[in-house]
Amino acid sequence: MKTAEIAQLLNEPACAHNRNEKSGCARTKPGATAGGCSFDGAQIALLPIADVAHIVHGPIGCAGASWDNRGARSSGPTLYRIGMTTDLTEQDVIMGRGEKRLFLAIKQAIDDYAPQAVFVYSTCVPALIGDDLEAVARAASARWGVPVVPVDCAGFYGTKNLGNRIAGEAMFKYVIGTREPAPVAASAHRPGIRVHDVNLIGEYNIAGEFWHVAPLFDELGLRILCTLSGDARFHEVQTMHRAQASMVVCAKALLNVARKLESDFGVPFFEGSFYGISDTSQAFRDFARLLGDDDLAARTEAMIAREERSVRAALEPWQARLAGKRVLLYTGGVKSWSVVSALQDLGMTVVATGTNKSTEEDKARIREIMGEATKMITDGSPKALLQAYKDHQADILIAGGRNLYTALKARIPFLDINQEREFGYAGYGGMLELVRQLALTLESPVWRKVRAPAPWHAAAAAGDALAVAGAPDA
Amino acid sequence: MPEILKRAKPLAVNPLKASQPIGAALAFLGLRRTIPMLHGSQGCTAFGKVFLVRHFREPIPLQTTAMDQVSSIMSADENVIEGLRVLCEKSRPEIIGLPTTGLSETEGCDVPRLVREFRHRHPEFASTAVVPVNTPDYSGCLESGFALAVEAIIDTLLPAGPGPAPAASRSRQVNVLASSMLTPGDIEAIKEWIEAFGLQPVVLPDLGDSLDGHLIDQDSTPLTLGGTPKAAIAALSGAAATVVIGRSLHKAADLLRARSGVPDCRFDHLLGLDACDAFTLALSEVSGQPVPPAIERQRAQLQDAMVDTHFMTGFLRIGIAADPDLLLALGQFLAGVGGEIVAAVASTRAEVLADLPAACVRIGDLEDLEHAARAQRAQLIVANSHAAPSAQRLQVPLLRAGFPQYDWVGGYARAWVGYRGARQALFDIANLVLGNHHDLPVYRSIYRVGDVDTLARAPSGAGLVRQ
Repeated sequence: MKTAEIAQLLNEPACAHNRNEKSGCARTKPGATAGGCSFDGAQIALLPIADVAHIVHGPIGCAGASWDNRGARSSGPTLYRIGMTTDLTEQDVIMGRGEKRLFLAIKQAIDDYAPQAVFVYSTCVPALIGDDLEAVARAASARWGVPVVPVDCAGFYGTKNLGNRIAGEAMFKYVIGTREPAPVAASAHRPGIRVHDVNLIGEYNIAGEFWHVAPLFDELGLRILCTLSGDARFHEVQTMHRAQASMVVCAKALLNVARKLESDFGVPFFEGSFYGISDTSQAFRDFARLLGDDDLAARTEAMIAREERSVRAALEPWQARLAGKRVLLYTGGVKSWSVVSALQDLGMTVVATGTNKSTEEDKARIREIMGEATKMITDGSPKALLQAYKDHQADILIAGGRNLYTALKARIPFLDINQEREFGYAGYGGMLELVRQLALTLESPVWRKVRAPAPWHAAAAAGDALAVAGAPDA
Repeated sequence: MPEILKRAKPLAVNPLKASQPIGAALAFLGLRRTIPMLHGSQGCTAFGKVFLVRHFREPIPLQTTAMDQVSSIMSADENVIEGLRVLCEKSRPEIIGLPTTGLSETEGCDVPRLVREFRHRHPEFASTAVVPVNTPDYSGCLESGFALAVEAIIDTLLPAGPGPAPAASRSRQVNVLASSMLTPGDIEAIKEWIEAFGLQPVVLPDLGDSLDGHLIDQDSTPLTLGGTPKAAIAALSGAAATVVIGRSLHKAADLLRARSGVPDCRFDHLLGLDACDAFTLALSEVSGQPVPPAIERQRAQLQDAMVDTHFMTGFLRIGIAADPDLLLALGQFLAGVGGEIVAAVASTRAEVLADLPAACVRIGDLEDLEHAARAQRAQLIVANSHAAPSAQRLQVPLLRAGFPQYDWVGGYARAWVGYRGARQALFDIANLVLGNHHDLPVYRSIYRVGDVDTLARAPSGAGLVRQ
């Protein structure tokens, strides 16, 4: 990929990072860098497309440690969970046999697994030795009659975030707009309900959480043409340009897709989230607004009223247990405020939130939701996080899996909010899972036991505690 | 000797292999107050970190030189110097491990030269040792990367020249070179075993002390929280003997012997009765002490378990996929209790594969294992967590071994070695087999009249025992 193309992706105009001060997409620093590379980001963004063979073109380092480690769920095909890589050898690198191996690898994947399409991800080593991914993809596609999509995402191009955009760009360049959607099935028509086609962009169905929300879309007559990319199919991605509205879910990552769908195909979009009761309701309202259908708006309000009533009733017994608990939230970008709404719905106090990867716009939202006095944390090192936890007298740390064992080693309650987690928190139903997991860790009896010193040390610390305990009238 | 089948497919499907840089990082994680820094793109480190965190369920110190597009092409040498400087300044480690990756090797970096350059430019950080090692991920596997790092650690941290004459206080010291197949639980067991003979083990690298999973008083540390101290590595020359476990470490062992002058005895593994006996005998000879009664008792317990479980392990058709050292260990152990290794897949080629008790070994992936296991009607799969979907499709149980084990708690703590480890492994295998027992298909005679539900009911009360 050319430097100019990378620069263009980095300057995504719809991304608020690029408006004022550049607080995101910072350059990496040797010896002090955390987080994934562009290949990681591209793979995360597209891997959940379930009926595609995803081939990683590179030596084993890239796929070997990363295949099948995300939590995205599929309701049908499981091909996406098969790890595929060209596993380049030293000879391939020296003799320049990478392209030939890739060409034959695509054939093998098609022959053995009959995929709807093949996605090929390039990595650092083939990029450095100059393998022409696009040419191989074109040739393979022509030869075997299966779409082969090149995703030029060498890790050294930059961060995970850039990789997300590269993935979006590849979808826009090669996939979106190459098929017309099928008509709505006769069996799915219901009298009085006009069907609208919509897209969800940046929703990954982690732990199947979107299935908490999906039935409500059906109920309202919102046909999800495609989710990019949770539980998606290749043919669905092809038809995204025909949607009447898109929602960018909880991430700046694939904003470029939404923006281009709007500019090239006139599909309007909004940004929203399915975390928390208020945000979930807001997302449905925004759809109704963008689609300009009064009947839909009325049915949406009725649905929201019903769902909120029911989930608030179910949450009530939990609320008493969680209300007033103090949360330290450390997570990237949009989640720094979107999860806040969910926690406030529960009567919890967010004492500080991480803004390392947040934009100025994100920060404004945080102030709006949490008040001007909110403490924002920029240093995400384990030491700084634990210090903030102490300073703000927090009861629980909510962060990504990377910080899980930092918290546990320091003997503090923790909730995992990122991609690898096992539980789904989206939508009204997800709130019930969220409270359960919050209470589970907050109320666990293990904390007291692991924080207390061993009895023989306690005795030493308390002086002659033993003598007191042993006294008959103590 | 098994036939070695070369990799025959252009595409690796469901990879078995993990990369050399991850193996090297793992070896460095067994040293005290250490942090490895991979010379590559930030993703090399991020993937490695997630891989190790999910396996060990521990925070893992691991950094990156963060090569980007410009430095990958124009030279990333400055990244190495800068990365070393930042790490020294921030956390004053005793040791920094510096493994290369496919990216930096393709670029063609010379890490030993860069370390010299760093020394020259930053004499203020002389107290931090830096161990460079070439570990491109386009050759070898986790095991070979680990072995290369162990060799580099000895090369860098054990002074050349004849070691000090074994002092009286050190004469009980036994060095242990431990291969990547050994879990922290294994290392603990080996240390106890050696101590039972009144000897003092020094393990390199000591994952049993750093990644055993224990809560510490401090809340956090940016470095390893245990492992072989730098001073102990410099003092390897003072030992009475070195034991080497795993053939992947032979080159490292050759270097250690040449540098230290300490005689060594080498073991391919410590799984099963024969291997345990050989190790016990060697410890008895080194220490000049008889085998302690407690170990005699453990041996007898293992023998009892072998007798009890041979009904389940005998003729058991087993498929194994692992790095070479572990593959040989499991293969010899299971064949030693009557099992048949009907499918064997290794991540890379190694000399040790020639001794595997199997008809053939394929250099390949978990798809190869699945195909071979299906063709050979395997009844048990032994492999890492990635094989779980394969085992499910084959409808056979999976015994988890090797890296990574992310869907299983405590894999890192399991002791396979020793009489007790072997006994527990036999119990677990036997239970997996019992739990997956297949009855004969039911046969119904053509003359037999139908079951109750297809016949008119018998007169009520007939056949009932009256109270």
